[in-house]
Amino acid sequence: MISQLVSAFGAVIAGVFLCALYYWLSDKLLQLVFPVRDGDGDVRVASRNLARRASVRPWLFLGPALLLLGIYLVYPVVATFILSFYDRSGTTFVGGANYAWAINDAQFRQAIFNNILWLAVVPAACTFFGLVIAVMTDRIWWGNIAKSLIFMPMAISFVGASVIWKFIYEYKGGKETQIGLLNAIVQFFGGDPQVWISMPFWNNFFLMAILIWIQTGFAMVILSAALRGIPEETVEAAVIDGANGWQIFWKIMVPQIWGTIAVVWTTITILVLKVFDIVLTMTNGQWNTMVLANLMFDWMFRGGGDSGRSAVIALVIMAAVTPIMIWNIRQANRQSEGH
Amino acid sequence: MAGVVLKDIRKAYGQVKVLHGIDLDVAEGEFVVFVGPSGCGKSTLLRMIAGLETITGGEMSIDGKVVNDVPPSRRGIAMVFQSYALYPHMSVYDNMAFGLRIAHQSKSEVDRRVRAAADILQLTPYLDRLPKALSGGQRQRVAIGRAICRDPKVFLFDEPLSNLDAALRVATRIEIARLKEQMPETTMIYVTHDQVEAMTLADRIVVLSAGRVEQVGPPLELYEHPTNLFVARFIGSPAMNIIPGTIARSGEETSVSFADGRSVSVPIATTDARSGDVVSLGVRPEDLALAQGEDYLFEGPVSIVEALGEVTLLYVEGPSGTEPVTAKLPGSVGVRKNDTVRLHADPAKLHLFDASGKAFSKRR
Repeated sequence: MISQLVSAFGAVIAGVFLCALYYWLSDKLLQLVFPVRDGDGDVRVASRNLARRASVRPWLFLGPALLLLGIYLVYPVVATFILSFYDRSGTTFVGGANYAWAINDAQFRQAIFNNILWLAVVPAACTFFGLVIAVMTDRIWWGNIAKSLIFMPMAISFVGASVIWKFIYEYKGGKETQIGLLNAIVQFFGGDPQVWISMPFWNNFFLMAILIWIQTGFAMVILSAALRGIPEETVEAAVIDGANGWQIFWKIMVPQIWGTIAVVWTTITILVLKVFDIVLTMTNGQWNTMVLANLMFDWMFRGGGDSGRSAVIALVIMAAVTPIMIWNIRQANRQSEGH
Repeated sequence: MAGVVLKDIRKAYGQVKVLHGIDLDVAEGEFVVFVGPSGCGKSTLLRMIAGLETITGGEMSIDGKVVNDVPPSRRGIAMVFQSYALYPHMSVYDNMAFGLRIAHQSKSEVDRRVRAAADILQLTPYLDRLPKALSGGQRQRVAIGRAICRDPKVFLFDEPLSNLDAALRVATRIEIARLKEQMPETTMIYVTHDQVEAMTLADRIVVLSAGRVEQVGPPLELYEHPTNLFVARFIGSPAMNIIPGTIARSGEETSVSFADGRSVSVPIATTDARSGDVVSLGVRPEDLALAQGEDYLFEGPVSIVEALGEVTLLYVEGPSGTEPVTAKLPGSVGVRKNDTVRLHADPAKLHLFDASGKAFSKRR
């Protein structure tokens, strides 16, 4: 344990040190190649060399990152695309057979349907709750305490959160005392305990609750900052114009932070498209809760593996994420430019 | 009477007292300007009239009704903010129509009132634009238009011109004066730190300092008869010169002697009990002139000459430890730096203040 901690710590220190060393050495090299001498040198040469240094330096500094991104991001995308036309072992070309399989596969369709369900519910719920909480906590003295509590699940891993929620949905058969929070509440009000996570269709929503619990804090923090950016005078002008709290919220405040709401919404949308850990931990896709990322994992690593079909599912996820991602980045850039 | 009456209005944020009992009676149709240095509480007072700040103590009534607990929208007021406070996501038309729509006015009524206001302020060509596509002056006009649409009994302005450049400020100031003429029934309360705005727009000026009313009166009365040193120095530019002295002889005319042993007779009555008191003699820079003979008020070397063409400002050094005296002389004068000049003033234009800063009243 101790030795692991020490080596992890050492790795972090060494990593940072090596990065710093790289920047320092590459800059020194640049100065050697394009020298600028004090006093005696030709001024025109010096200024030309300075300009050259400035144009080369970004490439030099970004180089390692670009190289690694190329190896670990671009190459896998291309490889996946090629793999999707090959059979399960990746050796025999099968044309569009894997795509044809996906269209006709019941579980693939189930996963698509569930993903759409997640997309419809989770981003909307997170943004809505985040916005409402941001507005409400702005007005009360214990608002910051409430915000910290609501933000805290962000620090919990998806798997950890799923374990916590397993205890909430826990079901004990027979005469045993219900230790699951939800069943305890149901029992308290005189209802019958249920096996929540094996209740087809509705169990999707019980899984979504976990992600909403985690992500509402993110939406809240970003939207809270945006709300603070609204000029107080516009709200005061609306008060004088006779608007009530509800009207001020919907007609004055929300339109002014619309751009931020869109960024939050799409950021969570991208996250939802990639949802995997929660489903794996809670149900592993059983009882009709399968989602695309989980299905991809199953085809790749279970039952011998099928890289072709898995690649098709991966490409479907990528095709769904990419346009939202592009729009999201543009929107975020526009936000940071001020409009 | 759509007047505004303040009775012993107080404001405190916790232990910090901001306003210490303001009494003020604003008549219907009057244009009153609150003026004072920053932090004097003038904006707070305006926001209390608007209903944006709660009233800690005292009673406020608008149009004969106590409004201490009436929400802003039902006080019959409209406010123009320093930052314009336009709704950035709404067109000019929607900005002006917002309040009317909230009040469930009919569509035709909303349209009529918005277009009427746009017409007054020459905003008709811009009705479809968003605020960000407008210049500062146009935005300010939209803010005023939004206020007009509410058809208020009382118009509140919170430093409406301070975000505009100098030329636009003059133009908009004249526009506000014209607006007031078109709405003679409407009471207007205007906050500014710019005394030119106060002097030109106001029927009456309220000078505030550190949460208290220093003096209330028509602009020229404040200029000619300031009741205390603060108002004397605050109204008028450059500020009034203050020369320390003591009362040498009291009576119908008071003789004030200075540190250098000379004395001057001021036509202001003082009682014998005041004899020997430390006083401040006030004289406005524009009331000073170059003295030719031995009859002068002040003598000293000129440290700075500011020739503005229209007028020339001279800064004349007095004995060390005293502030220089400023003289504002018409046209250009042939005085150069380090020349020693003598300045005199018409005794009727002199002001006299006691040690606490209170003015000895002049005969009017």
